[in-house]
Amino acid sequence: MLLLVKYTLLYGIVLMLVALGGMFSEHSGVINIALEGIMVIGGLGGVLAVALLPNTMPPLLIVLISIAVAAVSGMVYSLLLAFASIHLKADQTIGGTALNMLATALAIILAKNFNGSTSSKIDYTNNAFLFSIGGLELSVFVPLGIVLLIISYIVMYKTRFGLRLRACGEHPQAADSVGINVYKMRYSGVLISGFLGGIGGLAYIIPSVQTWNFEVGVAGTGFLALAVMIFGQWKPVHIFGAAMFFAVFKSLANIADATVLSQLGWSSNIYNMMPFIASMVILAFTSKNSMAPKAEGIPYDKGSR
Amino acid sequence: MSRNKSNVGMVLRQKGSSVLAAILCILIGLAVGLIALFIINPEHAWDQGFMRIIQGGFYDFPYGVGRTLTNSAPLIMTGLSVAFAFKTGLFNIGAAGQYTLGAFGALYCALILHLPWYLCLLASALFGAVWGAIPGIFKAYLNINEVITSIMFNWIGLYMVNEIVYARGTGAMYDVKSTRTWKLVDTSPESVIPSAGMSELFHTPSTTIAIFLAIAAAVLIWVILEKTTFGYELKAVGLNKNAARYAGINEKKNIILSMTIAGALAGFGAGLLYLSGGAEWNPLNTTTLPAMGFNGIATALLAASHPIGTIFSSVFISHITVGGSFLPTRYFPPEIADLISGIIIYLCAFAMLFRGVIGRMLHADKDISDANAEPAPQAGKEAK
Repeated sequence: MLLLVKYTLLYGIVLMLVALGGMFSEHSGVINIALEGIMVIGGLGGVLAVALLPNTMPPLLIVLISIAVAAVSGMVYSLLLAFASIHLKADQTIGGTALNMLATALAIILAKNFNGSTSSKIDYTNNAFLFSIGGLELSVFVPLGIVLLIISYIVMYKTRFGLRLRACGEHPQAADSVGINVYKMRYSGVLISGFLGGIGGLAYIIPSVQTWNFEVGVAGTGFLALAVMIFGQWKPVHIFGAAMFFAVFKSLANIADATVLSQLGWSSNIYNMMPFIASMVILAFTSKNSMAPKAEGIPYDKGSR
Repeated sequence: MSRNKSNVGMVLRQKGSSVLAAILCILIGLAVGLIALFIINPEHAWDQGFMRIIQGGFYDFPYGVGRTLTNSAPLIMTGLSVAFAFKTGLFNIGAAGQYTLGAFGALYCALILHLPWYLCLLASALFGAVWGAIPGIFKAYLNINEVITSIMFNWIGLYMVNEIVYARGTGAMYDVKSTRTWKLVDTSPESVIPSAGMSELFHTPSTTIAIFLAIAAAVLIWVILEKTTFGYELKAVGLNKNAARYAGINEKKNIILSMTIAGALAGFGAGLLYLSGGAEWNPLNTTTLPAMGFNGIATALLAASHPIGTIFSSVFISHITVGGSFLPTRYFPPEIADLISGIIIYLCAFAMLFRGVIGRMLHADKDISDANAEPAPQAGKEAK
């Protein structure tokens, strides 16, 4: 049971962070399929930072620096999406798909180059990131995630920036007519998604193992986060709930073979499948009054009406 | 746009600039690949790095060329799948999932039912079609974005197929020793696509007539799109859904049919690979979808969704991928080839822009001013 809570929290926070990232991007009007790629690059940056920093450094500093590196790598990578979809008015889904493919290839190449060998596995120590409360071993990403969730909520609903961001995703022409710089807001939205996605990538990789093979990337977590975002109807608090809901299934998949659950005879594949099926059902039922930002996916052209 | 020029001239001009845009994307992609090679190992970057990628299969003739052909066949099919959906205005990111289901259909009919190869191929197309139809139905009746549905069903398909094939190590199609499905050549030789002497010719175990089947499919798709009423309707829906409905075209039916056919094409592609006898399904791989599905997006974009163009772009992509696998692993990771194809798709995402720029450079119509002129100087430099 404790194991289930642990996995759910660890994985749920990852999904929530990345889905929040996707939310910011989509509210600004840019569909972010590239979340998976952003996670890979963010995770790679963070892991490399942890591996390179000397062990003698105070743990707090290691944690802070590597998270910062992960966030910045994610942001830099998301700039590619922002540039293509905002300035060049490229198809956002195609650009995102390309970035996902590119991310895995790039990560493997960089990891192999870092190792100087044909292995794309990177070893690191994750002690600095872990702490435990009453037998429940958690990572620093859990409290960090909660803080970021609260900040996201406040930014989205209680600040001028959030209101403007949402305006750009709903009706950019109207936003422009009252003097909001749509391009700038969209860049901010995508960059925030890069920031959160990058941290999410590190949060996915670091806590559970001490070595990571970048050939698997982040195993579809970015796509699952996209589902979480839709399941959460593009709202921060709902996204938190959806992430935890999805994470329960994922955790069940992880521990299915080792616990009493194995008597049910369901394999991990079935648990893995469930969140995707659940989000399809939700999508089917909510399609008539979807909360999706109205202008997402449409490049903003000042000249069009 | 074209004053005093005939319609034919305009069509040719559009085709010409599409081809040029594709070549431009490829050149930039290769240039970035070359830079990456130089960063990793400047000493061997040119002769043992870049030249091997350019040589592709010819580095190890005839074996390498045989491999290029083997890989091209399924790639042409997934490319066609994506291209066909594009024509109806749909982005079939679900080719990977349809491909997975197609692989299952083919292998089930081959390994369990021992059916002859053509029936197995038919089954693979059928399974792919079902998996393609689902996002189509969601799109047509519930207006849910096909990209989201396809992504979900990619993963559902992967987990489902793995579950059935593996079945906790007891699956009838699963060989515990190799941790893959049984080798087709041993288990069901009648299900292997005939090689017609090509395996001997290229010294590979798995070069078959699959490549010709794929080319035939491409021609068939071209005929459907360009020469039939059905194809016209599909394209009309893609260009403007509302106008198509107004003209009396049933746009719901067309969306579902388009996705179904796209799914069948992707599934058929999986059949072409897995029935060639050189590849087995690994049900323990639960973390990555088949790359063939996503590379299909690359080849479709590179070909500007033209069915015949997809043949050439697919052969090219598999040429450099095979080239990448010949890189000496001491110096370079083979993923350089993936890097190049990733960059090519990224560039293709705004290839429309390139096309416009090239078109203007070719026929310097001075009076056309462009609102998106920012990247023009950069693109111009690369073209020369």
